[in-house]
Amino acid sequence: MNRIEEKFSVVGDGGRSALICYLTAGDPSIELTRDIVLELEKNGADIIELGIPFSDPMADGPTIQLASERALANGTTIHDVIKLSKELREHSEIPIILFGYYNPFFAYGLEKFAKDAKEAGVDGILVVDLPPEESEEFKKHLDKNELNLIFLLAPTSTEKRIDLVSDNAGGFIYLVSVTGVTGSRPGMEYSLSSLTKDIKVKSGIPVGIGFGVSTPEQAKDISQYADAVIVGSALVRIIEKNGKERDALLKEIGQFTHSLSGSCFKN
Amino acid sequence: MAIDINLPDEKGHFGEFGGRYVSETLIPALTELQNAYEEAKKDPNFQKEIDYYLKNYVGRPTPLYFAECMTKELGGAKIYLKREDVCHTGAHKINNTVGQALLAERMNKNRIIAETGAGQHGVATATVSALFKKDCTVYMGEEDTRRQAINVIRMELLGTKVFPVTSGTKTLKDAMNEAMRDWVTNVRDTFYIIGSVAGPHPYPMMVRDFQSVIGREAKRQILEIEGRLPDLLVACVGGGSNAMGLFYPFVENEEVKKLGVEAAGLGIDTEHHSATISVGSVGVLHGSKTYLLQDENGQIKGAHSIAAGLDYPGVGPEHSYFNDMGAVDYTAVTDKEALEGFKFLSKTEGILPALETSHAIAQVIKTAPGMSKDEIIIICLSGRGDKDIHTVTDVE
Repeated sequence: MNRIEEKFSVVGDGGRSALICYLTAGDPSIELTRDIVLELEKNGADIIELGIPFSDPMADGPTIQLASERALANGTTIHDVIKLSKELREHSEIPIILFGYYNPFFAYGLEKFAKDAKEAGVDGILVVDLPPEESEEFKKHLDKNELNLIFLLAPTSTEKRIDLVSDNAGGFIYLVSVTGVTGSRPGMEYSLSSLTKDIKVKSGIPVGIGFGVSTPEQAKDISQYADAVIVGSALVRIIEKNGKERDALLKEIGQFTHSLSGSCFKN
Repeated sequence: MAIDINLPDEKGHFGEFGGRYVSETLIPALTELQNAYEEAKKDPNFQKEIDYYLKNYVGRPTPLYFAECMTKELGGAKIYLKREDVCHTGAHKINNTVGQALLAERMNKNRIIAETGAGQHGVATATVSALFKKDCTVYMGEEDTRRQAINVIRMELLGTKVFPVTSGTKTLKDAMNEAMRDWVTNVRDTFYIIGSVAGPHPYPMMVRDFQSVIGREAKRQILEIEGRLPDLLVACVGGGSNAMGLFYPFVENEEVKKLGVEAAGLGIDTEHHSATISVGSVGVLHGSKTYLLQDENGQIKGAHSIAAGLDYPGVGPEHSYFNDMGAVDYTAVTDKEALEGFKFLSKTEGILPALETSHAIAQVIKTAPGMSKDEIIIICLSGRGDKDIHTVTDVE
């Protein structure tokens, strides 16, 4: 059992859903990303997604676009994110997922990346713009290194897509809550429970819900039918607000995470 | 290995290039589009409709004009201009937007979005949106809204909302990112009209098919006038839609050489150019695998060209395939050479070419004198230069 599976098993046994937290690595700096991750873990985060910044984040809303720009302006590369994962592994057993767009992985070299990520203690990879049809080569190398390739599904996904993704997915399935880019939306609707159940039955692996999740209330609603709550932009906004004010940043992001994790319970 | 003109395969691949690298939300929309297009292609009425609008609205066939003065001046090969600049809206872009708008009609999509660089595709999209009563939003890099201000006004007069994009390099690639974000958000009722042979499958194939009217006409016309095929085809390449439109119907005629001209900007040995195939490397951007300008970490570099329509760090995947198969040669000319091409054609033939097109003219100025007088060149005169007069006069 890898760290992701183990985590879902522990969380499920405790009548909870997992809290998955996304951060863009290198925003506001690689050192602070490390500190934030440890703070998130202390406050109940179950899984960490480290975003690899990309020059053209087509699937992201303004919040994560700007985080990506800040991280790139700091000179953050995919090499730095792998190194950061390795460093985190010295302090923590929290499952780490590297999250990004395909081109930086491709430029790194897929085979080398899979080896280096494994060695660094990474558990899973999620590539926003790599649907199953184009993923064969990457998946081969990730499988060899026992790394999960995590796929997305969306409200627009047809039965056929759900089957295809279910056949290929590892770790868990990331269900995008709405059509759109990342970022919080007031008043989003949760008519997702039946879709979630359908996917769980077909894939036999956990389903997490993300895009637009920003409040404890939403986290609680989602926890009633999904296995994980994924929060990104809301955390990134706290980072954006505090910048490099380390203590204030850690305090606010810790409290926020604590309030989310306290809501990830099934009734 | 021989060139295969029956590509892409079912998944949108041209050899190793192309494909469909997009987020899951868009996959069903692309599948729906592909199915609708395949179905339309088989329907004779669809082709009839396209032909009707191309003839009566766009003004096709466009002339294949013997540029006698230019030929004499250069003293080499006979030069013909395929006059896409006389299309309604002033560039070849409308060949494609008519096709895609008719497809949007068939699919009952009432909202249109598009990206634009020079504004030519934006204007062509705004035009068909007015014609077919569609709600239209065009994304344009803020930098480009400045240097192509006339086209912004044109689009607004046509009833289109122009959205200046301030992220990234504020040019075409960022406009395309923003259009993709809009599409992923409004995918159920929105038709995204991509303006080049780029993007995820089926766009590179579909835009190629719609633009191929350029090459089909040119082929028929040159056979009528000269009784034989040309020796060389020349076209500028940004994303590469006018070049693909001219080249594609000649791909199987290997004796007809094809030359794509990229933008060398301030020089391909500088950081300021858009010579994607000439000096780029393979990667994935905007939904397809193709040659890109990128750094060693896979971050996309900003492109540069005096011509906003060539200012793009990628290129259509089929061009990448043609390059690797040796079916088309690619070269690059600088901003300065393009400006000389602009002035040259204006003075010798009385035709103001777009700055994009001026790259092809500049290349022919170099190539034609070395060819014999019984050889024939066809240049795709992809657009007219009115939109560029400010840029050209500012440089002087």
